[in-house]
Amino acid sequence: MTADTIYALSSGSPPAAIAVVRISGSRADAALEALAGKLPQPRVATLAAVRGPDGERLDTALVLRFPGPASATGEDVAELHLHGGRAVVSAVLAALAAREGVREAAPGEFTRRAFENGRIDLAEAEGLADLLEAETESQRRAALSLAGGSLSRIVGEWQRRLNGLAAQLEAVIDFSDEGEVGEALPPGWRESVEALRRELADLLARPPVERLRTGVRVVIAGPPNAGKSSLLNWLAGRQAAITSAIAGTTRDLVEAPTAIGGTPFLLVDTAGLRDATDEVEGIGVARARESLAAADLVLWLGPPADCPAPDRALIVQSKIDVDRPHAAAEVHVSSETGEGMDRLVATLIERARRLLPADGEVAANARHREAVREAADALQQAVELGDLILAAEALRVGRGALDRVTGHGGVEDMLDALFGRFCVGK
Amino acid sequence: MNRSFDIVVVGGGHAGCEAASAAARMGASVGLLSFDRAQIGAMSCNPAIGGLGKGHLVREVDALDGLIAKAADHAAIHYRMLNASKGAAVRGPRVQADRRRYRAAIHRLLDAQPGLEIVEGEAAALLLDGSRVSGVELAGGDRVAAAAVVLATGTFLGGKLHFGMSSRAGGRSGERAATALAGQLRALGLPLARLKTGTPPRLDGRTIDWAALDRQESDSDGWTMSPVTAAREAPQLFCAITRTNPDTHAVIRANLHRSPLSAGEISGSGPRYCPSIEDKVHRFADRDGHQVFLEPEGLDDATVYPNGVSTSLPEDVQLAMVRTMPGLERVEILQPGYAVEYDHVDPRILDGTLAARDVQGLYLAGQINGTTGYEEAAAQGLVAGLNAAAWVGGKAPLLFDRSESYIGVMVDDLTLQGVTEPYRMLTSRAEFRLRLRADNAEARLTPKALTAGCLTRERRGHWARREGLRTQIETLLARPARADALRAAGADVRDEGVARSLADWLRHPELTPARLIQVVPELGAMPAPLLDEAVEDHRYAPYVQRQQGEVARLRSDEAVRLPQHLDYATVPGLSNEMVERLSQARPETLGAAARIRGITPAALAAILVHARRKAA
Repeated sequence: MTADTIYALSSGSPPAAIAVVRISGSRADAALEALAGKLPQPRVATLAAVRGPDGERLDTALVLRFPGPASATGEDVAELHLHGGRAVVSAVLAALAAREGVREAAPGEFTRRAFENGRIDLAEAEGLADLLEAETESQRRAALSLAGGSLSRIVGEWQRRLNGLAAQLEAVIDFSDEGEVGEALPPGWRESVEALRRELADLLARPPVERLRTGVRVVIAGPPNAGKSSLLNWLAGRQAAITSAIAGTTRDLVEAPTAIGGTPFLLVDTAGLRDATDEVEGIGVARARESLAAADLVLWLGPPADCPAPDRALIVQSKIDVDRPHAAAEVHVSSETGEGMDRLVATLIERARRLLPADGEVAANARHREAVREAADALQQAVELGDLILAAEALRVGRGALDRVTGHGGVEDMLDALFGRFCVGK
Repeated sequence: MNRSFDIVVVGGGHAGCEAASAAARMGASVGLLSFDRAQIGAMSCNPAIGGLGKGHLVREVDALDGLIAKAADHAAIHYRMLNASKGAAVRGPRVQADRRRYRAAIHRLLDAQPGLEIVEGEAAALLLDGSRVSGVELAGGDRVAAAAVVLATGTFLGGKLHFGMSSRAGGRSGERAATALAGQLRALGLPLARLKTGTPPRLDGRTIDWAALDRQESDSDGWTMSPVTAAREAPQLFCAITRTNPDTHAVIRANLHRSPLSAGEISGSGPRYCPSIEDKVHRFADRDGHQVFLEPEGLDDATVYPNGVSTSLPEDVQLAMVRTMPGLERVEILQPGYAVEYDHVDPRILDGTLAARDVQGLYLAGQINGTTGYEEAAAQGLVAGLNAAAWVGGKAPLLFDRSESYIGVMVDDLTLQGVTEPYRMLTSRAEFRLRLRADNAEARLTPKALTAGCLTRERRGHWARREGLRTQIETLLARPARADALRAAGADVRDEGVARSLADWLRHPELTPARLIQVVPELGAMPAPLLDEAVEDHRYAPYVQRQQGEVARLRSDEAVRLPQHLDYATVPGLSNEMVERLSQARPETLGAAARIRGITPAALAAILVHARRKAA
């Protein structure tokens, strides 16, 4: 019996210097080959361009493979050592999630496989107990109580409604022989499912909760000598408490996590562009584009008309101490004198507020979002499928997905809803 | 007189009869013990067999050559395919059965079974040899020795009947309760709990104004419960439908204080899905009427079963209540309805073969496990009988899993989750519902039965013929066809310019069996039920395929066995609630542990690690 191939980010959460994504299972090699374009020699760290399913380059990374059974889990294992940017990591995880037979690992699953395959001893495996401790009710509640516990309240309310909708459908299937329940779904049933789906989609459209931890990604871009680094240094150095400033080893990006006025930012300087020579021009452009694509906000220090991401850019004129102000720029600053910086900071904070979950607003982390997305997809199918049994199957999948968020549910809850609503039974 | 068998089955209801027959088909010598030989095969509640979920169980028991479908066909006086307009996965075959014919059919099947003997008597106690069963002691002091005992005592264990505010001991109207046995099971430490169920009053059909009522005729297309039944055997009758109304509800409300239920005389939990009429009126006060089906109990029997008005109100109230309904204005009651309270054993003490884990050789089946319904009982009887015989004969157990049968769903639900109300099968309990159809029960289970060796020679012959025909049908369906050929037959499919096999085209619901025969006339010569089954197989194939990953995960976790005496309290990190549920259910596999409510993936990993360390 072949188990699913699983993956997980096995280093800490980004941003970090290096993010290690580990894949284990019979499809690990195939997944690595698809991402890296080649299969490296076993146990030899190899540099490779990592590309998404559409061929877009995501990162240049060290990739390794450890064929089973002489691997950490005893199965075929592949590792990608990525540059720790949040956007890169999530793009790689998304590319893995899209592969057939590959799914995100459940907590403790790598360890469990390693143990089952005799790759780790008991002492090591005992560490699982700690993992379990971390999953206790209070901790899960803590995770769910972001924004004041409202996520679990809202998902609980969705579960209640979904159980009600499933109960109406199951009643038509299991009790249609009784006068109490008709042969067809009650009017408005599809509309109610669709309304619920829209609410789930609304949550998915909101800022992800991780941004609170990783910061709003602000990319400073512009032509050479536009004053990008000076601006970053000013923002990170004088106004903020720098936690660390890490120069990427190959990307030539400077990422500075910073808090300005209590708001978390990740400032990114596309410094490599400054010294771009002809030979590396192509790579440099690709990197800049990649970095801009992952930006939550772009501080554009070039001519307004050349701005590469006008939908989420703030046009900044730097060096106001030297040049005459452009009317087209939204903010005018000087990193030399500090002129205009108050206004820039105020604007950044104001823009960031829209990109972060507001106090009291419901926000979901990646795991919750994945479950909600699965539920929303299932609801969509339930609306589209004409066949009652297939629609019921879709709702069962949707119920299972929401159950994973709150940690309880199951067929008994649906039956409670059914018997509470319908007077069935002879 | 002392006797000796391989297996003794206590109780001659649906569970007991199937258990005895299944064990004997496996080659064991079997004694079927009953208070009263004549009561064996009695239908004590409503005269119907099958239904939604339940019809699936009947066909599954039949696929293993059980009795219930064959007896139902002999007795059937009304056939109705529930959900006929919906997909085959949720169609439920159901019949009204003539009680006498049903009992006669069961007696004939049991009498014809070599190795099976009926023993009359009351089981007073289990005979034990340490923690191993060695037989049964009868009320008169006689002993019946056996290596395994199947208890299928229904509601007789500690049974108490409530007629209005008066009550007395008994398992069924007019029969005794098995009180001594209940006491012994309690003394053995088997956890008992109380449940209740009810029946409606039986009406005299000669006093019903049938002409005033809507009729429901028997289905005309000739289908049968068992595929080995050549044709319907009994004349077909009709059922009728009436309704309760505000007058009915007023009578009930005025007398609620005389219901033992409302007065707190009954402590057991009743089923949510089979409420008494008192319950319905009380809980759904906004409804001004509830449908009542008037079901004939037999061809030469005037008794009518009013399905939908089970009650424990006093007899005078029952009469006043039923007479408020259309068609029943002058009806007479032949036997009042009553509620019955009884003991059941927490089925979480059982393993997947329905054997008690702590008493070797003891098997429990039917209502004693907290279920309701003939079909649920029959299916458990089959599982217990087959496995008791396998165990006595030193053969491998016959386990049923959730992805292959409703039997597997039920046994898993009972032994892992336990019951809080009488357990009834519903199609929504089966997560793999799409593949578990009533019409493909043989395809799913008969190969298993062949391996186990519980099929009669006739059944093996039937299976071989069926397989031959299925192969012919599949060969014909593998033929390529172009869209224009299908369109010419009236199936409005889109022309994509490619020829596909007919099997692939069947994913389009427009391609009905009738149109298929137009395209391939040879298919018209095949038996319609087999062609329909093949059509459904191909129609739902993509969706069934989609669940394959879920099935694979289930099976791989099922392959990891957990030790039976794991002390969950010593597994680091489990919450008290997890420890309690795991300790009660004692899951046999990691997959089973995963299905217990509230068990997380991390908890599973910790359990596994702990189990391996204990084993090391």
